Amino acid sequence: MDDLKNKYLGQIADAGDENALEAIRLAAVGKKGEVALKMRELGKMTPEERQTAGPALNALKDEINSALAAKKAALADAALDERLRSEWLDVTLPGRNRPQGTLHPVSQVTEELTAIFAEMGFSVAEGPRIDTDWYNFDALNIPGHHPARAEMDTFYMARAEGDNRPPHVLRTHTSPVQIRTMEAQGAPLRIICPGGVYRADYDQTHTPMFHQVEGLAIDKDISMANLKWVLEEFFSAYFEIDGIKTRFRASHFPFTEPSAEVDIQCSWVDGTLKVGEGDGWLEVLGSGMVHPKVLQAGGIDPNEWQGFAFGMGIDRIAMLKYGIPDLRAFFDSDLRWLRHYGFASLDQPALHGGLSR
Amino acid sequence: MKFTLSWLKDHLDTTATLDEIAEALTDLGLEVEEISNPADALKDFTLGYVNHAEKHPDADKLRVCKVDTDEGEMQIICGAPNAREGITVVVCKPGMYVPGIDTTIGVGKIRGVESFGMMASERELELSEEHDGIIELPSGKVGDKFIDWLAENDPAKVDPVIEIAITPNRPDALGVEGIARDLAARGLGTLKQHPVEPVPGSFPCPVEVSIDDDTLDGCPAFAGRVIKGVKNGPSPQWLQDRLRAIGLRPISRLVDVTNFFTFDRNRPLHVFDVDKVSGGLRVHRAEGGETLEALDEKTYTLQPGMMVISDANGPESLAGIMGGEETGVTDETVNVFVESAFWDHVQIAMTGRALKINSDARYRFERGVDPLFTADGLELATQMILELCGGEASEVVLAGTLPDHSRAYKLDTDRVQSLVGMDIPADTQRDTLTALGFRLDGDMAHVPSWRPDVQGEADLVEEVARVASLTKLEGRPLPRLTQGVPNPVMTPMQRREQAARRMAAALGYHECITYSFIDQASAALFGGGDDATRLENPISSEMSHMRPALLPGLLQAAARNQARGFMDMALFELGPAFHGGEPGEQHTLISGLLVGRTEPKDVHGASRPIDVFDVKADAEAILSAMGAPAKVQILRGAQGWWHPGRHGKICLGPKKVLGVFGELHPKVLTEMGVKGPAMAFTLWPGEIPMPRKTGATRPALALKDLQAVERDFAFVVDADVEALTLVNAASGADKALIVDVRVFDEFIGGSLGEGKKSLAVTVRLQPSDKTLTEAEIEAVSAKIVEKVSKATGGSLRG
Repeated sequence: MDDLKNKYLGQIADAGDENALEAIRLAAVGKKGEVALKMRELGKMTPEERQTAGPALNALKDEINSALAAKKAALADAALDERLRSEWLDVTLPGRNRPQGTLHPVSQVTEELTAIFAEMGFSVAEGPRIDTDWYNFDALNIPGHHPARAEMDTFYMARAEGDNRPPHVLRTHTSPVQIRTMEAQGAPLRIICPGGVYRADYDQTHTPMFHQVEGLAIDKDISMANLKWVLEEFFSAYFEIDGIKTRFRASHFPFTEPSAEVDIQCSWVDGTLKVGEGDGWLEVLGSGMVHPKVLQAGGIDPNEWQGFAFGMGIDRIAMLKYGIPDLRAFFDSDLRWLRHYGFASLDQPALHGGLSR
Repeated sequence: MKFTLSWLKDHLDTTATLDEIAEALTDLGLEVEEISNPADALKDFTLGYVNHAEKHPDADKLRVCKVDTDEGEMQIICGAPNAREGITVVVCKPGMYVPGIDTTIGVGKIRGVESFGMMASERELELSEEHDGIIELPSGKVGDKFIDWLAENDPAKVDPVIEIAITPNRPDALGVEGIARDLAARGLGTLKQHPVEPVPGSFPCPVEVSIDDDTLDGCPAFAGRVIKGVKNGPSPQWLQDRLRAIGLRPISRLVDVTNFFTFDRNRPLHVFDVDKVSGGLRVHRAEGGETLEALDEKTYTLQPGMMVISDANGPESLAGIMGGEETGVTDETVNVFVESAFWDHVQIAMTGRALKINSDARYRFERGVDPLFTADGLELATQMILELCGGEASEVVLAGTLPDHSRAYKLDTDRVQSLVGMDIPADTQRDTLTALGFRLDGDMAHVPSWRPDVQGEADLVEEVARVASLTKLEGRPLPRLTQGVPNPVMTPMQRREQAARRMAAALGYHECITYSFIDQASAALFGGGDDATRLENPISSEMSHMRPALLPGLLQAAARNQARGFMDMALFELGPAFHGGEPGEQHTLISGLLVGRTEPKDVHGASRPIDVFDVKADAEAILSAMGAPAKVQILRGAQGWWHPGRHGKICLGPKKVLGVFGELHPKVLTEMGVKGPAMAFTLWPGEIPMPRKTGATRPALALKDLQAVERDFAFVVDADVEALTLVNAASGADKALIVDVRVFDEFIGGSLGEGKKSLAVTVRLQPSDKTLTEAEIEAVSAKIVEKVSKATGGSLRG
């Protein structure tokens, strides 16, 4: 019996392919195989002999079967290995192209500041880009002769012959949205108004269109101290630097009183501007307590309500945060610029996850 | 507004440093733009004494000098004719930078003799144009700093110049005295009082003055007097220094006096040469068409209603803006009429703007000068002219009367605290206003005549706040209107726009922001460019009209990128387009543009030219992201800038167009300079119906256990039959059973013959209660063939 076992296990071990293995199986444990023939001989044995030979034969059969199965698996593995060895790819070839577009920095920054101001309770208001001179100037306490009108480099819409209304303007700031929102919603109010504005100025640092965000908060007892807090919170959140210092400087705007220009802390190191450190100051926005005449123009009683307003350049704070050097390039649509300064579709700013990557 | 430190100190008694003054100015709202301190460039130079000088052995014009300096005796070769023994000089030692020759001095050898530095001329130190010789000082010790000597003996030369930005509400700060008043109120010193002593006239004024009745609103008062027997000529050095320091060119004593008071007291004045004036001076309105040569030597044509000052010969001065050349003073002038008038700021602004004259007088009158200073200004000018030019003054003549500008507002000290959010004691508030020239009478603050900007209680708050310093303000949290987790703040349209942007970027498009105005020709190609959207004052003809669509801007961007060598691109923009020139005649669009290939040539062979079905898929994806319904119609007949056969309108019914996609018309591309073909889409986010918000719950998921069956059909139809017609017909064959019909093949021409095509669809049948039998499937198939044949005129392909 041991001879039989050694013979077949040896053959199995030497088998080179599946056909040889099948032949061995037939010869050993097939219906007419050697083990089967031995099994048939069991009938001729005494019960005592059968008691030892039977289990031994069964054990032999099992052993051969598992050796066959093991060899079969080994041969299959070897064959697979052999095939895989021939299936080599140059995986340094580029992957299939997946298009990757971008969002414009102005869109991205607008979403960032919307997220921050929403957290502080401000909603987003919008208004028309072409507006009447009343909304753009008069309602904001800038009468016709006011030097600020001339200084704003206003674009005017052409008037048809015989149309003697004052010409409409391309809004020079987002402030008209203040008036329209006050008219529509009344007080109390917390809004920001982001959007495009226009001034007839085109040089190294000016483009005839740019973007502003206006903020307005009206309530019973809002003070300039609240304004300062809101702006400091905003700058810290926006620039993602804790405790950015701001400086309020008295200034003048027709639509606020008192008025302040606001500087943020910055440093110049090797020609690079860094926000939130150093002893320098960089002017970033204009602000103040809403002038009583402006509240009145918006239909709000200045004896009952007061509040603050501020306005800053979206393009400008985008340049500051992301180190974009040239404003004019914002509107040039140069693919190289868009790819470099643009934002991926999944970079959706949120306060819980962080505004920027 | 520029002034020098010493000029400021004429009005402000202070020990504050230049830095402290600058900081206070900025904090007060008089923002310092620049400080230039001439001492900065001279701080290294020291005094020396020439112990010995002798002729250079090899050069007749050079001298070898032994100069005593703070570092001992030095040998300096000098070519100046006045270089000689026994003079005190300014020494520039090796290593020092000399501004006037833009050179850093080194040790040199001049014709074989060593020289250790130089002795400077005034021009070399940028003190004057003087270069005939080196500076010889009448006093000073060896080793003293030259700037200290200058400060002591010639302070104008080291007088720092301060330039501040003036906001339009602060005409008073257009005079040095007004600036000093602000600083004194802040506590940086005391305002010096300069009482005005009237100069008595010794004879009646020979020039009569009058104001026409219709001009009194623009010129309420016109004062003046004659000074006879003056001698004009160059001003004294101190006056020339002052004017030069602030960038003015000294002209003559008479002119310089008027310029001095313009800047010293914000009081513009004018001087006429009386001998060139015929008859009296009359202030009146121009009839229109008169011409006048002004002092800038340009001739202006007056428009009806502009205020002018005329004599018997006609207009002689653009009132309050610029005097006339004809009656201007010269070096030969001996008799003058000095004018001090008060002009209405609005009318001066209008005339100045119309004539495009930017003069110091206009700048001040249109912001507002102190009306009550009209007479005093005349007296001060008279005094100075008499001092500098001699002569004899007449009595003062005055036409009209000075308007009453007196007014008072209630100072509510509590309100100041509530608006500013800073604790400023009531007494401090009152003291501040008093220091600024307000007169407090109980709670009422009477506004000083030089502050036309103060027009209400809010202005008092501003004055108190800025003097108290907003820098000291401490932030206080702003309470939200609602407590707890903030509510969403974006409107459905805002969310839609955000989703569209992010989806477009995810699809590979780069977002552009292009100008809202474009050239007329490009606007016209896209249905705009009419007068309603024309700008009156465009910055250039490239930006003359409000854009009627976003595509022209994107096409211009594509052309620019192609010119840079980038041929494949996907661009989009989301923003307003303008269908008229009235507020609100704008609508939000999102447009995308594909040019070139889907991607660069690549190893996988996936790169191919972009086609209509790229933009169709992108348009559908973006519409879906914005919440548009999936079931839409595709119609034809969009505007002319689309390829007539290769575009589709995505519609909900014939009049509800959500978007258009397709190939752009080749002629449009040619006109816009874009190498095509180009595919594009334009979507109208506002046209998508608002969803009926019924909560966030979704309908239950109905899963069918029975297996679906798919059957393929190929139909031969006319080539112009649209696939959607076929699909809709097939879907309609059994609405309960057919869940999907999908076109999977299109084959045109070939064995089918001219004008025919084959469209193959897969129909998916989903039984719901029992498995379909072959007979049932056959029945549905027959129905599908019948419906399709009826709808398209086609037949099942054999």
